[in-house]
Amino acid sequence: MWTWFHKLGSPPHLYRLAGKLAPWLLWIAIVLIAVGTYGGLVLAPPDYQQGDGFRIIYVHAPSAWMSMSIYTVMATASAIGLIWRMKLAFAVAAASAPVGASFTFLALVTGAIWGQPMWGTWWVWDARLTSELILLFVYFGYMGLRAAFSEVQKADRASAVLAIVGVVNLPIIHYSVVWWNTLHQVSTVTKLDNPSISMDMLWPLLVMIVGFNLFYIAILATRVRSEVLGRERNARWVGEALDDLLPENRVTA
Amino acid sequence: MAQAFLAVVRRDLRIAFRRLSDLASPLMFFAIVITLFPLAISPEPAVLREIGPGVLWVAALLATLLALNTLFRSDFDDGSLEQLALSAHPLPLLVFGKILAHWLISGVPLVLLSPLLALSYDLSSNALQVLTLALLIGTPTLSLLGSVGAALTAGVRQAGGLLALLVLPLMLPVLVFGARATTLAAAEQEPAGPLYLLAALAALAVTLGPFATAAAVRVSLE
Amino acid sequence: MTEFLEMGGYAKYVWSAFGLTLVVLVANIVVAQQQFRSVRTRLAQRWANQQQSPDL
Repeated sequence: MWTWFHKLGSPPHLYRLAGKLAPWLLWIAIVLIAVGTYGGLVLAPPDYQQGDGFRIIYVHAPSAWMSMSIYTVMATASAIGLIWRMKLAFAVAAASAPVGASFTFLALVTGAIWGQPMWGTWWVWDARLTSELILLFVYFGYMGLRAAFSEVQKADRASAVLAIVGVVNLPIIHYSVVWWNTLHQVSTVTKLDNPSISMDMLWPLLVMIVGFNLFYIAILATRVRSEVLGRERNARWVGEALDDLLPENRVTA
Repeated sequence: MAQAFLAVVRRDLRIAFRRLSDLASPLMFFAIVITLFPLAISPEPAVLREIGPGVLWVAALLATLLALNTLFRSDFDDGSLEQLALSAHPLPLLVFGKILAHWLISGVPLVLLSPLLALSYDLSSNALQVLTLALLIGTPTLSLLGSVGAALTAGVRQAGGLLALLVLPLMLPVLVFGARATTLAAAEQEPAGPLYLLAALAALAVTLGPFATAAAVRVSLE
Repeated sequence: MTEFLEMGGYAKYVWSAFGLTLVVLVANIVVAQQQFRSVRTRLAQRWANQQQSPDL
């Protein structure tokens, strides 16, 4: 177990492992998402209140879930990077941000699309949509701060501090938005979530969530490979890993 | 240790009073933003009373943001921030001194100016008192949250837009509770609830803020 | 089949939400792989240059 952990911490090993796992994870994720989509669009019965409109939940809820869990991963990896000075943790955090931002965007837009038939307007200052919008800004801030530094090490540490400050603040922001929302309750026809969800509606949702999670890990694996290569660009193993791209006079020294 | 803390506060105050224009511009900004809304929306007293608390709080947030630019920038450029980090005293304490000085020169004048400006929105005297109290509790939190962003971007050129993007989402709870307390007071209702929440935020920010800012300062100095 | 595509009158919303999801997922795959490929070619270039002038 310990040696396995140490191996995971070594860049060339992680690079190879991620390269081997990424295609598998991606295919499993695609199959799960396809199954979940079929279950959600075809097998699940229409909702008694929202008819077929509720089926948007099968893409909205998993993306909203991912938007938050990816931020948690980012902040945890940042803390590990700062405390144990682990470069690979920073690579994971950096590679997560664009994926997390894209899921946040997706949750936001699918929420708005769902809102149109349910509320009769594209945007309602609903607590969940508002929090999701703020989360998108937080992701943009994280990526903007990284982009402001040309040195990767500095970008890593600065953005790590920001991610940790953000993870302390996000629950506070969320609850303040919920609190604010209950004071200014807009006339909603139905809430976005349905508390009493039947089994044949629930399983496609769970399959989708697992599929989205695996999808994130697959993308993360590929992105971490790029990050690791860039960070270790002078290491001998990088030359070996690029063997197939190098001209005939290969590194043997 | 207390001496080092006080020395930092005193030094920063002395420097600030030497550059009065730096001190005044966020306040002028605050006043101008507040003047814009009646012109853009309506001078109708009923409308002004309705939007007043929100406008004042948004303007206070933006003015704090503008003032943040001077918190670490010049000290970073002339190397005195590095001296501070190398000193034998704990950096969070020294940084807290800087933030306190910054609040005294940017936050306190804002708190004092706000009831005057709120008069132009036809707010009741009760609402004015609560607004002042809420700003007094809320602006230190804004300075502490903002200082993290200011420290992270101290070495970045043209950081204004980035700083806003980093800091404004974090300031959102203060805006929500502060504006709510003021609105309640304007409607002759009990504003204690949101005021307690503001105080809780302030306590949390005072406890954690200096450590986060000190960490950010160290990153910027690397 | 048409009944399925109509989604009980919600066709516009359901299909645009699922379509957008597909676009975002595919974009994630494409961008990640493109980035990986470009990093590899850029670094390979660098290694090749270093071998030609080892003093640098």
